[in-house]
Amino acid sequence: MDTPVLEMRQVAKRFGAFQALANVDLKVGRGERVIVCGPSGSGKSTLIRCIVGLEQHEHGTILFDGAPIDLRSRTSPIRSGQIGMVFQQFNLFPHLTVLQNCTIAPIKVRGSTRAEAERKARDLLARVGIEDQADKFPGQLSGGQQQRVAIARALCMQPRALLFDEPTSALDPEMVQEVLNVMVSLARDGMTMICVTHEMGFAREVADRIVFMDRGEIVEVAPPAAFFAAPKNERTRAFLSRIL
Amino acid sequence: MRALNFGDVVFLAKGALWTLALFFVSLVGGSVIGIALALMRTSPWRPLRWFALGYFRLIQGTPVLMQIFLIYFGTALLGFEFGALLSAGLALSINAGAFLGEIWASSIDSVGKGQSEAARVLGLRYGTTMWHIVIPQAMRVATPPTVGFLVQLVKGTAMASFVGFVELTRASQMINNATFQPFVIFGGVSLLYFAICWPLSLLSSRLEARLAKAYTR
Amino acid sequence: MTYEFYFGDIWKARWLLLDGTLTTLRLSALCMVLSLALAVPAAVARIAGPGWLRGTIYAYVEYVRNTPFLVQIFLVYFGLGMAGIRLNPNGAALIAMTANGAAYTIEIVRAGIVGVDRGQWEAGRVLGLSPVQIYSSIVLPQALKIIYWPLASQFILIMLASSAVSVIATTELSSITYDISTQTFRAFEAYLVTTGIYFALSVAFSAVFSLIFWALFMRRRPA
Repeated sequence: MDTPVLEMRQVAKRFGAFQALANVDLKVGRGERVIVCGPSGSGKSTLIRCIVGLEQHEHGTILFDGAPIDLRSRTSPIRSGQIGMVFQQFNLFPHLTVLQNCTIAPIKVRGSTRAEAERKARDLLARVGIEDQADKFPGQLSGGQQQRVAIARALCMQPRALLFDEPTSALDPEMVQEVLNVMVSLARDGMTMICVTHEMGFAREVADRIVFMDRGEIVEVAPPAAFFAAPKNERTRAFLSRIL
Repeated sequence: MRALNFGDVVFLAKGALWTLALFFVSLVGGSVIGIALALMRTSPWRPLRWFALGYFRLIQGTPVLMQIFLIYFGTALLGFEFGALLSAGLALSINAGAFLGEIWASSIDSVGKGQSEAARVLGLRYGTTMWHIVIPQAMRVATPPTVGFLVQLVKGTAMASFVGFVELTRASQMINNATFQPFVIFGGVSLLYFAICWPLSLLSSRLEARLAKAYTR
Repeated sequence: MTYEFYFGDIWKARWLLLDGTLTTLRLSALCMVLSLALAVPAAVARIAGPGWLRGTIYAYVEYVRNTPFLVQIFLVYFGLGMAGIRLNPNGAALIAMTANGAAYTIEIVRAGIVGVDRGQWEAGRVLGLSPVQIYSSIVLPQALKIIYWPLASQFILIMLASSAVSVIATTELSSITYDISTQTFRAFEAYLVTTGIYFALSVAFSAVFSLIFWALFMRRRPA
């Protein structure tokens, strides 16, 4: 097997007395789509936030392309934007236009010229279906449009892997599908993805593997067909019976 | 006792100019100190955060008059010939730095954590994140209370009269000692201060109302 | 150059300093009570009174908030004298402090009353309560919680600002310190000690206000 793009070895993290991650092992290969699900407080968001360095894990190692991530190094995959992330609350920059949201990192981090960054950004905005909104501010867009901008913003850094933290949870129901459609098309194009979500239809459609977490542990990992048809663990069965 | 004359008016006008000079010196000094403290207060490094907090509590918990006296006598002890303008300006800068620093730090805090997280995930460095993402948003929040504080600073310059700096209040005191017409003199001088401060107060509350509206929309 | 600190003379004057501290405390406490007593009815009048009264209170509040306290002290001090009212400097200081503090307090109380949700008014109305009843038993108690901390910091500011009344030769802490500094020629030491006393006072005031807050709002737990 190729070197995994991302690998977690025995990663643990606690907040005070609360064990958010307990010795998590996970490998994600090139082009693989991993869906993470589980009850709230199970550690799924913490898992993603540790990978991008928004939380510091206390034990274990996280490797990118086989090399441990060093948060202090300027060439670390996070500080150079090689791992992209999409947030539940979008976190678009409200004082910048849609286009500026997409170009600020390529210009400041990668040293792209403005013209080059804007050309690329318009391409990607077209890809998520909002090229005509490029000069508006985020506050003028619907939630679904904002989340699509956030995806385009992450794509502008040409990330090797893209992480999603409940990307549709803050959206009105009628806007969920437009965001999922963009994510499905990304998956089809071979983007390496880790996605925390409760959208089980989406999981069934795109996932290579589904990871079920509870109380900071990975309880079960299985391909979607097996995961939904014959979950092995009791906790997985209980969770699925509640949400399906 | 003598009557008020044209020379007194000129003397007061000169005092008013010195009040403005002291205000600008303190505003510049206070802004420099305030920016440094705001960045410390919001920095990821805990000792810096505590230092800034301690500075805010200490300066805001003691009278500006004591700060003026301590700087005035303290710089003299150290052998500096600062004079009244510089030592009052330094004391008011130190004082203004505590208030501006706290206003600006809380404005920076008001920009959600999600903003700096998003910037960090995109690979932006601390300086870029502050300059391009956080500070532009914080400035909208900071403007009304900052303008409001300018009023406090203009009024605060009157305290420099305690160390003999002849600004507007000290000038009016001296003229009153010679002419004893307190109502005309202090009433008139207070209206002069009012003419400077009231527009700033109105501007501050207008900006605040506009900001509140922008957020509820 | 080297300077040797010497606190011996300040220590000899410790009882004077204590006296001054107590006077500052007394002036500040009285000012707080008087300001609040004046400000509550004035704030209600500022909202619901007749037009001329609303205008007068507005003008007064804006005038006081936009002119230096020091100039206000002169106006009160000389004004009382010219009106033939003979008061000792401490009395004049208390009046100046209250005239100043009341204006700020009116503005805080007013904002607190306006901050109580309109629905509370309407609920009181449809229950048949009179405006006075609505104010006293529904609006003001809720406003008190909104205004508590702004009021507390305002009172600490008044205590600190009271140092300015030393300009009319009162006997509070700053005046005493001025006397000590001229008699001992140890001005820096004197002001250093007094700055420490003021800081201790503001810490103590904060603690007392926290205790009162706890006693008023935290012991019973209405939402």
